[in-house]
Parts: sequence; C-alpha cells; structure tokens
Amino acid sequence: MKHVVIIGNGISGVTAARHIRKKSDKKITIISAETKYFFSRTALMYIYMGHMKFEHTQPYEDWFWKKNRIELKNGFVQRVLPDQKEIEFKNGERLSYDTLIIATGSKPNKFGWPGQDLDGVMGMYHKQDLEKIEHYAPNNQVCKRAVIVGGGLIGIELAEMLRSRNIPVTFLVRESSFWNGVLPKGESEMINRHIIDHHIDLRLSSNLKEIIADEHGKAKAVVIQETGEVIDCDMVGLTAGVSPNIDFLKDSGIELGRGVKVNRYLETNIPDVYAIGDCAEQHEAIGNRRPIEAVWYTGRMMGETVAQTICGNKIQYKPGHWFNSAKFLDIEYQTYGWVFAKPKEYEQQFHWKHTDNTKCITMSYHKETNEFLGINTFGIRMRHEVFDRWLTEKRSADYVLSHLKEANFDPEFFSSFEDEIFASYKNQLRVV
Amino acid sequence: MSNKLEHSMSLASPDAKGVSTKQKIALSIGFIGLFILILALANTNFPNQGIFLTLSLVLITLGTIIYANDAYLTKPEGIKNDGVWFKSISSRGVIGWLTGVALTTFYIVLYFYPHFLGQGTDGAPNSGLIGLFDPLSKLLSGNPASQWFVYGTLYTVSILAFGYKFILKYRHNRYQQLRTVSVMFFQLGFAFLIPEFMARLNSDTFKLPYYDLKNVWPLNYYNFEQYRIDEFINAGTIGLSLLIFGVVSIFIITPILTYKFGKRWYCSWVCGCGGLAETTGDAFRQLSSKKLSAWKLERWLIHTVLVFVVIMTTAVVSTYLGYDDTKYWFTKTVFLLSVAAILTIVFALVMIFKRNELGKDARYGAIGYFVVLAALFGIHFFNSDTTIFFIKSETLRATYGLFIGSIFSGVIGTGFYPILGNRSWCRFGCPMAAILGFQQRLFSKFRITTNGGQCISCGNCSTYCEMGIDVRSYAQKGENIVRSSCVGCGVCSAVCPRGVLKLENDSLNGRINSNEILLGNDIDLMNYVNNK
Repeated sequence: MKHVVIIGNGISGVTAARHIRKKSDKKITIISAETKYFFSRTALMYIYMGHMKFEHTQPYEDWFWKKNRIELKNGFVQRVLPDQKEIEFKNGERLSYDTLIIATGSKPNKFGWPGQDLDGVMGMYHKQDLEKIEHYAPNNQVCKRAVIVGGGLIGIELAEMLRSRNIPVTFLVRESSFWNGVLPKGESEMINRHIIDHHIDLRLSSNLKEIIADEHGKAKAVVIQETGEVIDCDMVGLTAGVSPNIDFLKDSGIELGRGVKVNRYLETNIPDVYAIGDCAEQHEAIGNRRPIEAVWYTGRMMGETVAQTICGNKIQYKPGHWFNSAKFLDIEYQTYGWVFAKPKEYEQQFHWKHTDNTKCITMSYHKETNEFLGINTFGIRMRHEVFDRWLTEKRSADYVLSHLKEANFDPEFFSSFEDEIFASYKNQLRVV
Repeated sequence: MSNKLEHSMSLASPDAKGVSTKQKIALSIGFIGLFILILALANTNFPNQGIFLTLSLVLITLGTIIYANDAYLTKPEGIKNDGVWFKSISSRGVIGWLTGVALTTFYIVLYFYPHFLGQGTDGAPNSGLIGLFDPLSKLLSGNPASQWFVYGTLYTVSILAFGYKFILKYRHNRYQQLRTVSVMFFQLGFAFLIPEFMARLNSDTFKLPYYDLKNVWPLNYYNFEQYRIDEFINAGTIGLSLLIFGVVSIFIITPILTYKFGKRWYCSWVCGCGGLAETTGDAFRQLSSKKLSAWKLERWLIHTVLVFVVIMTTAVVSTYLGYDDTKYWFTKTVFLLSVAAILTIVFALVMIFKRNELGKDARYGAIGYFVVLAALFGIHFFNSDTTIFFIKSETLRATYGLFIGSIFSGVIGTGFYPILGNRSWCRFGCPMAAILGFQQRLFSKFRITTNGGQCISCGNCSTYCEMGIDVRSYAQKGENIVRSSCVGCGVCSAVCPRGVLKLENDSLNGRINSNEILLGNDIDLMNYVNNK
C-alpha cells in the first residue's frame, strides 16, 4: 500500500486527501501543527465576532477521518529529505512517504518594520493568530485602539472583527484608495466610503514606519511614514498580504522561487513530490492569473487535480474561468472573468452604481469586438454557472447586459436593477 | 493548545457587547409588564383587570420594540449575529438555561395543572392569571377566559412583538420581512381572532367547534374526533363546509402548494408553531444539532409519530362509524378500505416513480406502510366498538394527546427552545412536517440552489439552520439542497457571506445534482468525473 503524506491540513491538502481516498486505497496521512482537524480558515473572523464557535468552522465531524481512513498527525515538519523519501519533524521523529504533497499555505508578510516582532503584533492567518487577537484585544477596555497595517481582504476582515467589539480601529492603507490595485476606481471609492460609515479610521496613502514598544516589550504605538504621526494602540495587525510558507524546504533540493516551483501537473523538480495551494508557484502564469494564487478556490481546485494525477489519471491543472468573492463589511463582492483596476489597452469598462452606495457593478468588454471579458458585482448576487457559460460562449457585452436577469442570484422578492443597468449602459454608449 | 481560550470564547462572555442604557430601560419596561402577569399568577386581585391586563401586554410589547429599535436601527443594515455565542441566553449559558426551565414549567402547569393558573372549575369564576384575561376573552368571544385563551393571547403577543424585532434584524432582506409579516398575520387572524369570533356565532341550537382553519390534520390531530364531527354535521352547511375543507386541505390543497413552493409555504409562512419558532425562537436557531446522529434520530422519530397519528386517527374515526350500510353508506369497512387504498396508491406511486431517489429509505417507507396496513386489518378484525387489539381507541388517543400533542410539541418543543434550538418539535416530531417533507423531497419545484464553486465552507449556513441541516456539506460540493426537513426560512441564504445559496422554485429536472468536481475547474476534468 503506497503512503501519501500531505503536509498541511487546509483546503488544498484536505481536498487532495478526500479525492485520493475516493479513487484509491492508498494510506493517507495529513500533517498539521496548527489544529487537529481541518477547519475553514476563511471563517476565523466569525469566531472572534461570536457568530460561530471554533467547532462550527470544521466542515467534517471528528469521526469522518477515521471512517475514511485518513490519518491525522500533529507535528511541525522541519525538513524534507527526498533522497530517503522521508520527512523530519521538529522533535526529530521521521516519517517515510511514497508520495509527498506540500500544502503548507501562506504566512503573513512582514517587511522588516522596526518592532514587527513585538508582543501585541500579529497577522490574521493562523488559528494561533486568532488566539493572540483574543488575548490582546478581548474588549475595548483592554484594547483602547487597534492599528491595522495593510489594506487587503484580510485587513478589512480584521477591522470588521475588532469593530464588532466596539474597539476603535485605525486602518493604514498604502494605496491611495482601498484595494485599488485590484478594484476599479468607482468600486474602490465606494468601499472607502463604506469603511468610513462603519466608524473605521481609514488612512489612505499611509505606510507604517515603525512600531514602538513599551517597557515590557509590547507594542504601544505606531508611527506613520508619511506624516510622522504617532498613534497609540494596544494591538497591531499586520495584513499586508501573504507569502508562501516554505522556509522548511530551504535545503531539501526542491526548487523554490517565492513559492514551491511546480509545472502544470503540480509536480516539483523532485519525482513524487507535489505542491498545491497557496505555497505552489507556477513556472509560467496561467492566462491572466498570477503564478502564486493565494485563493481558497484555486487551492481546492489544485487539490481536486493533483488527486487525479496521483491516482493514475495524470492531468494538468487547468483552471476554468477566473472567479472569486469576498465580503467588505456588509457588502458582498463577486467577480467572474477579468476586470482590471487599470484597464488594459483593449479593455473598455462600464460602471453602474446604485445611489445607496452599497451596490455597483463593473463590466469589462473588448473595445473592438464588444466581447464580454468579466464582471465585478457588489451587493448584487450573480450566478456563477451563467457567467461561466457566457465567458465560454464568448458572448458580447450587449448580450450579457440584456440577459442579466438570468444571472441574478439575489433572494426572492429583492429589488432588481437589471433594467436600470441596461438603460445606463445604452446611455453611456450614446455618449461615447 | 490550551483550553482556556476556547472557554473564554464560548460561555464566559468577554463583555464584547454591553447592554446600552436604552436597552436596559427597554428590558425594565418589558419585565414590569411580565411582573404584572406574575403577580396575577400569585393570585393578586387587581381592582381593574382590564386596565392591568392591557398595561401588562402593552409594556411587554413596548419593551421588545424599544429594545429591537436600539439593537438594530442604530447600526447599518446587514447580518446581526455579533456576539451570539458570547451571550448567555443564546449559547446555553445560565440565562439560557433558566429561560428553558421557566418556559418548561410554564408549559407543564398550563397543560396539566391549569387550576394553578386560576382556571375556575365546576362553574366557579376564574381567578389569578386566567381571571386577569377574562375581560379580553369576554370582549372577543363573550365567554370567560380559559387556560388556552391565556396561552393563545401570550402566543400571539409574542409572535407580534418578536416578529417586529425579526423584521428589523433583517431589514435588508425582503424575503425575511414578508415571511414574518405573513406568520404574524396568520397567527393574529386565523389562529387567534377568527376562532374567537366564530365562537360568538354559537347559540343553544348552533355550535361550531373551535377551529383554527390553517391548522391541518395531522398537526390538528383531534380534528376528526366524534364530538367535532357531530358539531360540524349539526351546524348545517357552514359546518359541513368546514369539515370538507378540513379533508380537502389534507389531500388537495397542501400537496399542490408544496409542489409549487416547497413546504415553506406552510412551515415558515403560515404555521403557528413555525411562527413562534421564527420570531420568539430566532435567538436560539443556532442551537440545533447538526450531527449526523441527530439526523438519523430525526428520521426515525418523526416518521414514527406520523405512523402513530395515522393509526390513532383511523382507530378513533372507526370507533364511531357503524357496520350497517343501510343506515349510512360510509361504514367502518368502507372507511378502512379507503384508508388502505389511499396508502397503497401513495406507496405504489412512490415505488414506481421515485424508487431510485429514495434508495435505502424505500425500505423504511415500506416498513411504515405495512405497519399501518397491519393496523388497519387489526382494527377491522379485532375490535369491538371501542377497542382495537383490545386497547381502547380512547386510550390510544389520550396517549397521543399526552405524549405527542402536549409533552412533545409544547413542553419539549417550546420549553426547550434555549437548549435544543427553536424547531425541535418541527424537526423531530411534527407529523404535518413529515408529510409535507415527504412531498417536498419527492415532487416539489423547491430547492436551495448552490452557486457553482463559490462556497468557502465557513459554516455560517449550517450554524444558523434551525432544522439542523448541514447546509455546508451540500454547498461545498456544489450540490443543491433538497431535504425533507427544510422549512425554507431562508436564513442560510441570508447569512452566507459569499452569496452561495438561493431558495427558489424551478423545474424538477436537475433539482438534485451531486458533483465530485466543482464549477471553476478544468472542463474536461469536470466532465470526466461528474458524468461517470
């Protein structure tokens, strides 16, 4: 019986394990130093907010693993020895494998800021981070103010978490407008306003200079690069992006870039060693995607794919049309296809915003051919399946907007805006 | 990993959410209203009952309204579940537990010891709590109050006040608002006022049974008892129409509506039990167990209750039907044969058309079917006028009334809200829910659609499902949710942070779609794996 060892029990590793079990009888071991059981990392915020308890974030009951003969091992892997086909744990113990899947995910970025390793400074990625946040910011008596450094998806989630306990939050964003490296101007500005409506002290174009310690080695204030302003705080959240968590592979002989280098079959340069999820880096970016995709869905898809290969049906990782989603405080966001913050030279964008400042869409289409390229939707739910089909069928922008009702996924009885959106689109065309 | 933290994140509140001054005032107002009822319970004789009763109900409602206004209108629209698992009341903490005990004891007294509440016996006037409600009862029906009138009034006030709170909580969600207005309307009109006004029509020569029109058999398990049938028949055209409506609603109205809309049309839009669960019980929805073991128990329990109620009702009806067809064509034999025929037709149709969908469950269905059939034979061959299998049918009825009608649906079903969640009766016991669920599972256009590959497995949907459905297990497979127990409350869809779930009525084709590989991956791989 071949032994598949998976390092990391996040969505990628667990999806791979489940699919390998479906297709084969191999021995499977999942290793994690973070938690005993698989939980949904995307739901960590809801534990702090009191929407759920930790056990609610675990998609499978505890008996599931035994029943499916998936062994769970608690341990921290410090070295991989491909020549012996073994891995070594921190405590010196070794485990041999026939097939190894590296699915170790990410770690929060630190850019060498002075004071970045003080007490009271943490990211928001691991369960241990959540425990730290709970410790340093249990309420607004202990934590009089929190500062969040980095304006991305995790940053805004951390801000929402802290606000749920009425903790004052200062939100330092490097960009001139929230997440405007990804979001077109109109959308980014709408989210700026939404953040301020939630009583979050949003500081755009602001970089962190340093974190100042008190006499006990705990963070007590931050200094802003641009203004030199000192902001007193009891907690600092570092949410300036993530990078692959692969330090333990340094001397293993496995080829590394920023992440673990893999080909389209998710194979590394060493036979029988694969890498999937946040920590995998494609040699060549796929389509418009980035070489490293730190996204829940792509992690899951790589898990689905690598399981096929390992079980004898060798296939390439060929993700379909790009899609993603997030939630900014009370505004849900979905995206299908590609909408660029700075339109490409062939790209034309149509933007519609509702007057209430909680709903808008941006549709991207080809200047010459009118081909529909992608859509961002805020506050209006849309059907994944319909957009996936339209992108495959290469529908025109006119077609998409005149059939937008088919794609609506809002609950019954909600107001719909398709007619208004279509009229606005026709108007813009006339102006152009 | 230390357990200390886990502890602080569940029961010992980290004081994340204080109670604002306004909320404290609101709570005080509400509790003063409640205290008037408690005083009445302790047999305080209020000088002017009408005024004090009005004061009490108004204060309770006002307290709830002020509280809700401060809790929801001071914040932007959106999902309001912050701190649910930190608050004692909603996380089985001390306050939750005490609330459960208080409700449960109230139910026990209400059902079994109404004289403690001041119910006058043998023509004596009411006193205490029930006496306090006399003025309102006389105003509506002209009769003095009973324990059921007191209960009905409190039930209605509760649905209206907490319905208001729920509407505010979901003021960004039209589906939730309409649904709540609907249960408030049906409770106030159909369950509370109309039966009282119907009682006004009664005289010495004309009497209609107390009839909540929206309460369909088998939830209304006593609808075909002899005294009611006699009253229906003696009340001429109106009575007969009501009786016919009672039968038609079982066999024609409910299946059609369930086919079109799923069982939600009843369970979360019309039903009184559902109405209370969705409004007053909303704070406890996250307490229902999502374990597989709970689901297994649920299926056995609810269908056992259904078999029980069918046998019990058949037995009760057959005891007052005669053998002699010269007197009346609808004899005991005709009745038993028609029951057997209906069951056989249903069973046969399911077996012919839906065998594959049911899979293993078909066996259990068959067991249930043959148990009922055997009972029918028993009723026919082993009975006198009053016994079946030498058990008095009256005993059967009384047993059902005690254990299912009172203890299960009332004492446990509502009393245990803060412990088992707000729909434990609907989920584990209600025979009406079982029938509608059966229809929903087999031939309904209703489903909860999963939005392709967008699920992030966060668990909000499963946590807030009051019926204990593990919604996430479907959503993360990209599979639509078609489950007998789903009452279509729509909260899973509302709390989903990624817009993955939508309740809808669509065609029967492709309603159930299980996928191994989700949308968004390689097309060839999806085809290869999903169409095996």
